[in-house]
Amino acid sequence: MNWKRAIVAMFAAVPLIALFAYGFTRDPRDIPSPLPGHDAPAFALAVFAPGEPPFTRPVGDTIRLRDLAGKVTVVNFWASWCLACRDEHVTLSETARQYAGRPTQFVGVLYNDRPAAGLRWIADMGGQSYPSVADDRSRTAIDFGLFGVPETFIIDPTGRIAYKHIGPISASVLRHWIDSLVPIPAAGDTVRQPSVR
Amino acid sequence: MRHRVIAAATVIVAVLCAAGPARAQDTGARSRPSVVATPADSTLEARTTAVASALRCPVCQGESIQDSPAQLAQDMRAVVRDQLRAGKTPDEIRAYFVSKYGEWILLEPAMRGLNILLYAFPVILVVGGLALVVFLVRRWSKPEANT
Amino acid sequence: MIGLLAHNALLVSLFTVALGAVITPIAIRSGRRDWLQLTYGAVYTNFLLVSIATVSMVVALVTHDFSVSYVAAVGSRSTPLLFTIISLWGALEGSILFWAWVLALYAAAVVWIHHRRPGNLVPYAAMTLLAVAAFFAVLLAGPANPFLPVSPVPADGPGPNTLLQNHILMAVHPPLLYLGYVGMSVPLAFAVGAILSNEAASNDWAILSRRWMLASWGFLSAAIIAGMWWSYEVLGWGGYWAWDPVENASFLPWLTATAYLHSVMVQERRNMLRLWTLNLCVATFVLTILGTFLTRSGILSSVHAFTTGTIGYYFLAFIAIVLVATLVLVAGNSDRIRTRGNLGGAASRETVFLLNNLFLTAVMLTVLVGTLYPLVAEAMRGVKVSVGEPFFNRMAVPAMVALIFLMGVGPALPWGSTTWANARQRLLPPTIGAVVLGAIAVIAGARSVYAILAFAFVGYAAMANLREYWIGMRARHRAHGEGWPTALARLIGGNRRRYGGYVAHIGALLVALGITASSTFRTEREATLLPGETLTVAGHTVRLKNVWGREEPQRSVIGATLDVLGKDGAVIGTVQPRMNYYRVSDQPVPTPDVRSSPRGDLYVNLTAFESNGANATVKVIVEPLVPWIWFGGMVIVLGAVIGLFHRGRRTAAPSTIAVAAPEPEPALAGTDS
Repeated sequence: MNWKRAIVAMFAAVPLIALFAYGFTRDPRDIPSPLPGHDAPAFALAVFAPGEPPFTRPVGDTIRLRDLAGKVTVVNFWASWCLACRDEHVTLSETARQYAGRPTQFVGVLYNDRPAAGLRWIADMGGQSYPSVADDRSRTAIDFGLFGVPETFIIDPTGRIAYKHIGPISASVLRHWIDSLVPIPAAGDTVRQPSVR
Repeated sequence: MRHRVIAAATVIVAVLCAAGPARAQDTGARSRPSVVATPADSTLEARTTAVASALRCPVCQGESIQDSPAQLAQDMRAVVRDQLRAGKTPDEIRAYFVSKYGEWILLEPAMRGLNILLYAFPVILVVGGLALVVFLVRRWSKPEANT
Repeated sequence: MIGLLAHNALLVSLFTVALGAVITPIAIRSGRRDWLQLTYGAVYTNFLLVSIATVSMVVALVTHDFSVSYVAAVGSRSTPLLFTIISLWGALEGSILFWAWVLALYAAAVVWIHHRRPGNLVPYAAMTLLAVAAFFAVLLAGPANPFLPVSPVPADGPGPNTLLQNHILMAVHPPLLYLGYVGMSVPLAFAVGAILSNEAASNDWAILSRRWMLASWGFLSAAIIAGMWWSYEVLGWGGYWAWDPVENASFLPWLTATAYLHSVMVQERRNMLRLWTLNLCVATFVLTILGTFLTRSGILSSVHAFTTGTIGYYFLAFIAIVLVATLVLVAGNSDRIRTRGNLGGAASRETVFLLNNLFLTAVMLTVLVGTLYPLVAEAMRGVKVSVGEPFFNRMAVPAMVALIFLMGVGPALPWGSTTWANARQRLLPPTIGAVVLGAIAVIAGARSVYAILAFAFVGYAAMANLREYWIGMRARHRAHGEGWPTALARLIGGNRRRYGGYVAHIGALLVALGITASSTFRTEREATLLPGETLTVAGHTVRLKNVWGREEPQRSVIGATLDVLGKDGAVIGTVQPRMNYYRVSDQPVPTPDVRSSPRGDLYVNLTAFESNGANATVKVIVEPLVPWIWFGGMVIVLGAVIGLFHRGRRTAAPSTIAVAAPEPEPALAGTDS
């Protein structure tokens, strides 16, 4: 029994085992998005769900991303067939209302669904405070690198994507990001003061 | 898990939204012509197929957007077709999708950086192996017998 | 009740196999060979106990005993009986139980057949099998326990995964796969047994292993083809191989096992390549464990992946132990195992076998590295990448095309070297086959170099293999005046291994032909049809008749009926693609309908429909020669069966081995080169 050779050969197993052990620390389904930190893709989509005052937009009106510059924009992709979207619906609607006086804008984007079904869903869910637009043929969804719904993008006032959230978003996460990007109205002070929680 | 739900739901929607409201229904006409693609768009189709076969469907398990019936895959395929029609090259289209989904969207890793080793490895194996076989056959064909 | 009984049986089996494995070296070292009866007894007892557990599980499934955790997870009162029975292997815990049972069966068979052989090889081989069985027993006692009690007992369960209830092949593919996978433990056990019993310097372990490896290889070949067929009929995209990580994992041991089946012939005839063949044997086993690890650990995302949990860590530990143990054993004894021999010349079958092994190993390593590369890239660069079909088609297929060619060269060349003139004379005639098939391919429209080469090589190799039959039959006919059928039967009977091998080659060539034709000449088209409208694809026309719905106990079925029209417009058949909506799942399973003929398949999938049945969107794919793939798979199995009945020389008794082995006593060995 040639022990020297045996021990040397044994070390050949190490890289493979190490690789597998490393594999346990990763989730193969978690694909990081390249979009945060880059400018948000431009879009111009037609409103199909008008939302509620003070955010109402007439049906058929076009919401353009560039019109939303200067505000923190929350773009939420959803669908009526999406079960997880139900979990975040109330959070989004309420948070939009809470930030009514601040320079924020919430937009819902319907993904892979019919506007009629979307309207029915909104009615079932008790209304949606902000308007939703229809994304024909998923062009905008693909532009945003969508893997599914719900996904929420938070865009800073300069038009850059600050954060992408996969899955239902919670109020605290939503608020944290908006607060860190929205200029806090101080008396006569227009310099942006990001707050960090 | 979530992606399975999404894929499932996508298929359902594909199923339920089949004809869509946009299509004009002309019921009762039994003498419609058969549906055959015209030759004019066959090259575009072939090019779309070629590019789409190398892009991964985000909501499926390893399928290309060419093969996958999922709605998102079909929409992405339409994007590929439109970009080809607009004159973009396959490289530009691939770069577009990589900028949205990351390198993961390519079914074949770009031949760059560490990935070069991945492509070189089989070639080295075969070339080196052939050399080894030639060497061994020569060595083992010498007239004098070894133990 | 039944769950408790079965669980206790499994606990006792764990104790039994552990005892049996531990007692073996003690018995041999101390000279108390009568204690080896405990080893063999442990093997038989383990089979009995695991059988009790397995039968209990089947009974629990069929009687819908939802107090058993596994039944509660995969059972359902509305699932048809057949699918209830086969849900035994449909989910993680049940599949581990099934694996343990197949392993117990193989171990018992090995002991039953070989226990009379004198020497220490069989006892150590039994010990190895017991050690592997111990791992699975640990899993069944712990993380993969299918017999956990459930309280309160539910009234019904969700049923098996909907994809697994959709097709009868689910009854066939997993058992074949397990019989193949698990069977590859046996040659490994013999190899380890040979090393531990100092018989590794002979070829006996290889002779003992031969039939076991051939049988396992036959099962694995059938399993892979069945899996391809299932995927083709169920998944709806008209393909049969996606280079999915778990598909690759089943392919890897098949490649090394095929290499083994060839190199072992060189080992037996020339007493060469022994260390290499042993390495192939070990690699095959390690790859089967790797395959089952990848399926159950969740580190690679795959269509096949079972739900993950802590079981992955157990498998990782097991792989580590197996790798280290085998590397240590083989490397430490490599001097003794190694052979030095003489080929005689380059123009010989042995050289072709070397090339065969080279290309098979190259494909195996390419597929292995490609499958694991996403992990490597993430570890080194922190970026997630995909390695999919385009990569494997580009990098692995060329070597596979080379292998097709070699399948024609090997049979034509004789064992031992021959002159180049003689070699040329033997290798030239099949070229006609190459030219014919290559020409047909080009005329039919093939333009890709690899496709044309593949067709040409299939023609070459088919003719070469058939010629071997022809030459042999003709010789018998002339020499003995036998009629052709008698000549054929006697020819095969005289050397079942060789002619079984040629049959397997022909099967593989049919598979290659089917794959090449269906990937080169496939056409598809999708269209939304109203009733009465037709769709024509590559000369095949279908006409939508109607869209219908049907209720079944476990699912709702929406289907479309389409008439298949012949050349003159007459109806020559019907296809009914469906969407199966299982009650427990919001994901419908699209179920295509396939109309097969020797020329190819008409594959129709229902992708969408209007809910009032006004129209249906169908995807029609014309896939030439696909049925040849399934038929070729059966021919491969036939070849393996023929080879199994080979009347070869009996295994040599240990006394002759001691004479043949030239190695000195272990104390004196250890001279490095």
